[in-house]
Amino acid sequence: MAGIAESSSSSTRAGRFGLALLTWVVAILFFFPVLWMVLTGFKQENAAYTRTPHITFSPTLQEFRNVFDSGVGAYLENSLIATAVSTLLVLILATPAAYALSIKPVKRWQDVLFFFISTKMLPVVAAIVPIYVVVERIGMLDNIWMLCILYAGMNMPIAVWMIRSFLLEVPGEVLEAATVDGANLQQSLRRVVLPMIAPGLAATALICVIFSWNEFFFAVNLTATRAGTVPVFLVGFITSEGLYWAQLAAAATIATLPVLLAGWIAQKQLVRGLSMGAIK
Amino acid sequence: MKALLSLACCLGLAASACAGAGDTGGGSGTTLSVAIVSNSQMQDAQKLVPIFEKEHPGIKVHFISLPENEARAKITASVATKSGEFDVAMISNYETPLWAKNDWLVNLSPYIAKTPGYDAQDFIGPIRQSLSYQNNLYSVPFYGESSFLMYRKDLFAKAGLTMPEHPTWQQVEQFAAKLDDPKKNLNGICLRGDPGWGEVLAPLDTVINTFGGRWFDQKWNAQLDSPTVISAVQFYTDLIKKYGEPGAAQAGFSECATQFGQGNAAMWYDATSAVSSVEDPQSSTVSGKVGYAQAPVVKTKSSGWLYTWSLAIPKTSKNKDAAWQFMSWMTSKDYMKLVGQKLGWSHVPPGSRLSTYQLPQYKKIATAFAKPTLEAIQSADAQHPTVDPVPYTGVQFVDIPEFQDLGTRVSQQISAIIAGQKSVRSAMKQSQDYAQTVGDTYAKGNS
Amino acid sequence: MSAVALRTAAPRRRTRNPEKVGAWTRRLPLLPALIFTVLITQIPFIFTIYYSLQSWNLVRPGSEHWVGVSNYGKVFTDSQFRDAAINTVILTASAVVIAMVLGTLLAILLDRTFPGRGFVRTLLITPFLVMPTAGALLWKTTILDPVYGLANFVLRPFGIGQFDWISKFPMGSVVAETVWQWTPFMMLIVLAGLTSQPRDVLEAGRVDGAGTFALFREITLPHLRRYIELGVLLGAIYVVNTFDAIYMMTQGGPGTSSTNLPFYLYQRAFLGFDIGQAAALGVVVVVGTIIVATFALRVVFSLLNVEEGR
Repeated sequence: MAGIAESSSSSTRAGRFGLALLTWVVAILFFFPVLWMVLTGFKQENAAYTRTPHITFSPTLQEFRNVFDSGVGAYLENSLIATAVSTLLVLILATPAAYALSIKPVKRWQDVLFFFISTKMLPVVAAIVPIYVVVERIGMLDNIWMLCILYAGMNMPIAVWMIRSFLLEVPGEVLEAATVDGANLQQSLRRVVLPMIAPGLAATALICVIFSWNEFFFAVNLTATRAGTVPVFLVGFITSEGLYWAQLAAAATIATLPVLLAGWIAQKQLVRGLSMGAIK
Repeated sequence: MKALLSLACCLGLAASACAGAGDTGGGSGTTLSVAIVSNSQMQDAQKLVPIFEKEHPGIKVHFISLPENEARAKITASVATKSGEFDVAMISNYETPLWAKNDWLVNLSPYIAKTPGYDAQDFIGPIRQSLSYQNNLYSVPFYGESSFLMYRKDLFAKAGLTMPEHPTWQQVEQFAAKLDDPKKNLNGICLRGDPGWGEVLAPLDTVINTFGGRWFDQKWNAQLDSPTVISAVQFYTDLIKKYGEPGAAQAGFSECATQFGQGNAAMWYDATSAVSSVEDPQSSTVSGKVGYAQAPVVKTKSSGWLYTWSLAIPKTSKNKDAAWQFMSWMTSKDYMKLVGQKLGWSHVPPGSRLSTYQLPQYKKIATAFAKPTLEAIQSADAQHPTVDPVPYTGVQFVDIPEFQDLGTRVSQQISAIIAGQKSVRSAMKQSQDYAQTVGDTYAKGNS
Repeated sequence: MSAVALRTAAPRRRTRNPEKVGAWTRRLPLLPALIFTVLITQIPFIFTIYYSLQSWNLVRPGSEHWVGVSNYGKVFTDSQFRDAAINTVILTASAVVIAMVLGTLLAILLDRTFPGRGFVRTLLITPFLVMPTAGALLWKTTILDPVYGLANFVLRPFGIGQFDWISKFPMGSVVAETVWQWTPFMMLIVLAGLTSQPRDVLEAGRVDGAGTFALFREITLPHLRRYIELGVLLGAIYVVNTFDAIYMMTQGGPGTSSTNLPFYLYQRAFLGFDIGQAAALGVVVVVGTIIVATFALRVVFSLLNVEEGR
């Protein structure tokens, strides 16, 4: 599959090598801060923050042990619930909605799309105290299910937009064939269209997972001692008296690891999903 | 569609069921919700809580631990809206008198009277006073601090300089000038410069006080552009800019701790509680080489600030007795000994009880800084912090609810001076405007 | 609007009922998501408006009282609000544009076959996965710190000394961190566009003797337009609300030079505890964003319309 940059540079081996090298260098530069953070988690506290950064050092698992001893388990569990449930909910609700905004659009689909995106324009900071008061009155403070619901609402617009784009990529012939099939339109759509956009759904799910997992503001304000999620846990390592950088780096590494792994494993699906049109 | 509706119903039911669900702890016990700030002494307490739970079967303690600003915001929102999230909240001598007046906190005197051996008189005088309202304690101190000047004994000896026990700021400036050595990456002094009412403003306010300045006069006229305040701010910002650390406009306690601990600063004026990082060989390369002098003065006899993290019970708590049992454990004489034995004597929370400084093991590791710490706290006068009389209390802050906002706005101006973006005059003029707006609401007799 | 013209083979308008049924059949799949979103987002919004009409200082009990629209008046005379708004626009525009340009370049580089392509793609998406709070702290302490940071360490041979990046370039530092985090997002979207290009058209163009740049300009770029606009729109919506980078790195300073609207709102709500003022600010921000977005989206939709055809 020859991309745009293949054309003339493929004629010179030096050109090809140069571009590959450039790509590698840029990728390493981008990744380097994350790598540094992970390495720092293995350092001892007094070696973590020095004038001349040390690449070589005597590694220790002490900081990671500290983080685990601080009870990260409960927080990981809460984050898992909030992320999984909200993402599932979003996919279940957004897919039919995206269908109704693309393949068989409702009359005012533009306004509906605009409404969805407009819900993201209110800065959470402005609404957080009103939200806090509402949640308190319905007795749902410090409750992980409240976060599930809020995260689903938070991710709905982007899910609708993304799934809609994937549905638009489905070739017309496939859709016509499904409708010609007659009686049960819904079923044939489900059997044919859904598998086609499955990578796209995976991509959307991953984006929702990333945003839910890393969400901090609702989590810190609406939870207390029981429903705290991983970002709340991580922030608790930022002390105002003393920069325990190695411990913080270890905690940040553990906090990022699940999403990192999910992203790495799913990134093939991600790119495939986003490039639905490559089926042509 | 039916599937969707039934799913929604199930989720709704589940949500309401979980809303009513209590904790999943053991049978008929009490669960305490405790909100604390994530400093190292508090992290130590979390590690030792299982011992408390064993001694008090039936009480389980759940924590939420956040950095200072987040903790403050969350605890304030919770207590002010009476949402009843916490049984025990960590506040400070800033909130305690204000919230006691608002009737948001439980009066602890009856509880203290019921607890033999608690000995509230053991709390260091100014600390105890700062947490009292109408002669009753409304929160109990976990640890307290003042401020003093830390300096490198070895560098001073090498340069043939002697640091007096009660230096003046002018002397400190001369020392900084002599020791400042950019080529060797050594700054003469490290001072806070980052925005925040509890950041740069803490040391700066003490400098303002001792130069003879004040925030408001007796009639609540703001004084931030008066000659004394301007000369104090000029002095502080010049000192940082000439002999201070690079990146000073973002440098707070942590950054200076790193600078000083890594040997890049000859002096550091900051909290007495800094000793736990400075004297810790795990994180500092200068432990054992540090000398301690009292907060530098000019016109006042002392100038150290007064601050304490303390524990209080919001009135909305449904478990007041259990909350007191936990709080009294965490602030008791026995707890100090427990920390020393289990985690090391350098971990003992400083600056709250006089008896701590009598413990022989603590005295042994604290020889360098125990006396200066105690002297700093005992000489801090939050009731009369300034040369001229003022209508407010507080050394490094003005104990009014508006100060968090006002102080932060002013501190942003100060940081701009340090970053070289604004002149002292224009920054203080802007600060004066902010302060006057607040002062006007008090002058009219509101609150 | 040409939207109506896009409805495919609509039933003839002989009988009303089938058409009405048809309309409701189309609406039904949309309703669960729509109702859910309306409930979750509009209830808080209504409460926010309610509080914006009160003057309520959280730490002065009993201060809650009705003031009508005077909070809004204060918003428009607040010079700090204007500065924060300008900063927000500058920050969002710079970060989104730079991230999109970088993302596009990276996507072009990745749209080739070379050894380790999958691994490189993995490395490149990592910044987007890091928690924003952690990423901002990472930049402040390990990269941009004047004494201990990697940036100055790398530039030391060039005689940079202990340059204070964050104080001297507060907005620049925040933009840099935001670009680092969002470039992967842009890259993935553009990469999708690149890989969905019909290769035969490109081949035809090459056979005809067109050079790389001409091919890119005439064929690839128009095809990419939809994806670039999607990326810019979505990215802008999120970057407008940047909070963590400013909170962790500059605290809005020095002075107020890097304060954006979310950070300013945070100060009003959580330092000043002036709930009414913060709510009014929030409502003004929503209305302002909607106005700006309406114009932007009109452009996007008019171009998207070319692609619709069902």
